[in-house]
Amino acid sequence: MTTLDSSKEIQKNNSEVNETHEDFRMFGLITFLIADGMTFAGFFAAYLTYKAVNPLPDGAIYELELPIPTLNTILLLVSSATFHKAGKALLKDKNSESQKWLFFTAFLGIIFLICQLFEYFHLPFGLTDNLFASTFYALTGFHGLHVTLGTLMILIIAWQSRIKGGRLTSQNMFPLEAVELYWHFVDGIWVILFIILYLL
Amino acid sequence: MTISIDPQKTNNESLQPKGWLRYFSFSLDHKVIGIQYLVCGFLFYLIGGSLASAIRIELASPMSDFMPRDVYNQVLTLHGTIMIFLWIVPVVNGAFGNYLIPFYVGARDMAFPRLNAVAFWLIPPSGLMLVASYFVEGAAQAGWTAYPPLSITTPQSGQIIWILSVLLLGGSSIFGGINFIATIIKLRRPGLKLMQLPMYCWAMLGTSLLVVLSTPVLAGTLILLSFDIIANTGFFNPVLGGNVVVYQHLFWFYSHPAVYIMVLPAFGLVSEILPVHARKPLFGYTTMVFSIMGIVVLGLVVWAHHMFTSGTPPWMRLFFTIATAFIAVPTGIKFFNWVATLWGGKISINSAMLFSCGFIINFVFGGITGVALAQVPFDIHVHDTYFVVAHFHYIVYGGTVFIIFSSIYHWFPKVTGKMLNEKLGILHFIITFIGFNLCFAPQHWLGLNGMPRRVAEYDPQFQFVNQISSLGALLMAISTIPFLINVFLSVRNGKNAGDNPWNALTPEWLTSSPPPVENWEGEAPLVEEPYGYGKEISERK
Repeated sequence: MTTLDSSKEIQKNNSEVNETHEDFRMFGLITFLIADGMTFAGFFAAYLTYKAVNPLPDGAIYELELPIPTLNTILLLVSSATFHKAGKALLKDKNSESQKWLFFTAFLGIIFLICQLFEYFHLPFGLTDNLFASTFYALTGFHGLHVTLGTLMILIIAWQSRIKGGRLTSQNMFPLEAVELYWHFVDGIWVILFIILYLL
Repeated sequence: MTISIDPQKTNNESLQPKGWLRYFSFSLDHKVIGIQYLVCGFLFYLIGGSLASAIRIELASPMSDFMPRDVYNQVLTLHGTIMIFLWIVPVVNGAFGNYLIPFYVGARDMAFPRLNAVAFWLIPPSGLMLVASYFVEGAAQAGWTAYPPLSITTPQSGQIIWILSVLLLGGSSIFGGINFIATIIKLRRPGLKLMQLPMYCWAMLGTSLLVVLSTPVLAGTLILLSFDIIANTGFFNPVLGGNVVVYQHLFWFYSHPAVYIMVLPAFGLVSEILPVHARKPLFGYTTMVFSIMGIVVLGLVVWAHHMFTSGTPPWMRLFFTIATAFIAVPTGIKFFNWVATLWGGKISINSAMLFSCGFIINFVFGGITGVALAQVPFDIHVHDTYFVVAHFHYIVYGGTVFIIFSSIYHWFPKVTGKMLNEKLGILHFIITFIGFNLCFAPQHWLGLNGMPRRVAEYDPQFQFVNQISSLGALLMAISTIPFLINVFLSVRNGKNAGDNPWNALTPEWLTSSPPPVENWEGEAPLVEEPYGYGKEISERK
């Protein structure tokens, strides 16, 4: 609970105020992720409405293949697990092990992005070919932007965890927890995106 | 887990500039940021007001003679965008929210002070960018709604700058919303329960929920629109197989809640002002809280009542008509609560009270025309006419802007330690009230008789009524002069206010005026009964 001003010592000694309060950075991050999720919700709603109302014009090509996105789904799900491993290791003060798991997670993120680009280059349609093609690129591109940012953040915290007692320790887990929550969020969005874009 | 705050680190007072210079710095003090929001918003209000004057001058005659037609479109687009995104939303949320919420929850600052400063400093550059777009091949011409295909076919540079600037302002708004939610829920002083908070906290909590849930949808939509403009995609372009109605749905999913983002904080502010100047407890605290939350929930599911003429299917019309009519219930509860607060009170007739009463009168007109507009047959008749213009100006000007002025008169003594001149204040109210009603009441008639909005030319039969309306606009422009003189004179040599000139009970009045940097010299006071007026001091908790 909040301990702001509650101890009697503070009342006695106002000149040397040393207050503490609860850490609500995670609460702020969750609120932000809800907002971010609403952006995706808007995109999904637009795509589903197009699917329901706008027919694909004659001769327009909009076909998706399943193998690469399925691989990508597995990559992201595994990366969520490896990130969790990194957190567990850090909690036991095993910094080098935690760092290894973080680098592995970032590696999976990079592989995901490479697969995504490979898919882009081999699809039979481009950004402006038709409505569904545009929506496909907008949705996956916006998600890819999130993966890119997430990978960069993982690399940063991996660098921060390099020494014991550095910026990232078992006492100061917040950077890792924040990036982990963000990464699970991006992962969850991908699963919804995979279902809506590829399976439906 | 707890964070310890090292006073040497967080408020490095020696590094912060003193005096008026701190208002131009990246200050983390919520009170400085609140004033930054207010003054910045007011400057944009003057710009937006000048544009409104230009519109009324043009409409004083039926022909397009004051400015070219495309310039008229740019002026009305800039007027709408500036007034909404740079004056009302930042001031009624950012300015008063930042100044008051930490006091109300018994905190020394907002939950995330740096995020708070970032949120403010996004506003001046994006506002200047928006205004400057006029000088780069002309500003956007598609109105504040930026409906495609109009926004795709009008000159691109102005529209793209408009989108960029609205995206930045939306980001600022989201950061502010996250901060308010965290502050109200997490930063409350120990012992202070949610149901003991002053009503403005509840209003800001509801508003911030709407901001966080709906603004990102607008951001996504505008990103898609910008792709349509610069990358030649066809999301909203029917020629390329797109769907304009999808844009309208996504746009109004934000922009209808935006109405509540503009008016809910005003509901909260008026609930603070009325009990103080009527010396009575706020009537129906619990019903107020539930009606705010009711408005938040219903506000998210009524957006398509803006689109009854967009080929909306019958089931959709029925659903959105009923949902919209339901919103009148919580709003009506609040209205009656305010009247009941005044009933039998010891009312002091001062500028703050007058503007609040003006709000109540104007808002009931705006509310009634709102319920009328929710009915499909009536809406189809008056869609895109001056009736709609009259309706929403009664809400946002007669409602929110009246409350902004009321709040300035109410909290000026707290912010500066000086009183505003009452005579000039009452003069300001009289000219504003007459000018406002003279300007917008006749527009109901114009709309019912079929004068379309957003067009520079009109049928000559409407000329006389339009001239009355323009006269009202002139009065509104003049009304700013006594206000500015009043503020200028009072800041320099106004009467000293003392700490609590209104004998109010809410927490911000329990500290010195102006308040010290961390709000209280000692511990934050625990105010369990912010509206305990009319009771003996011993009876109060």
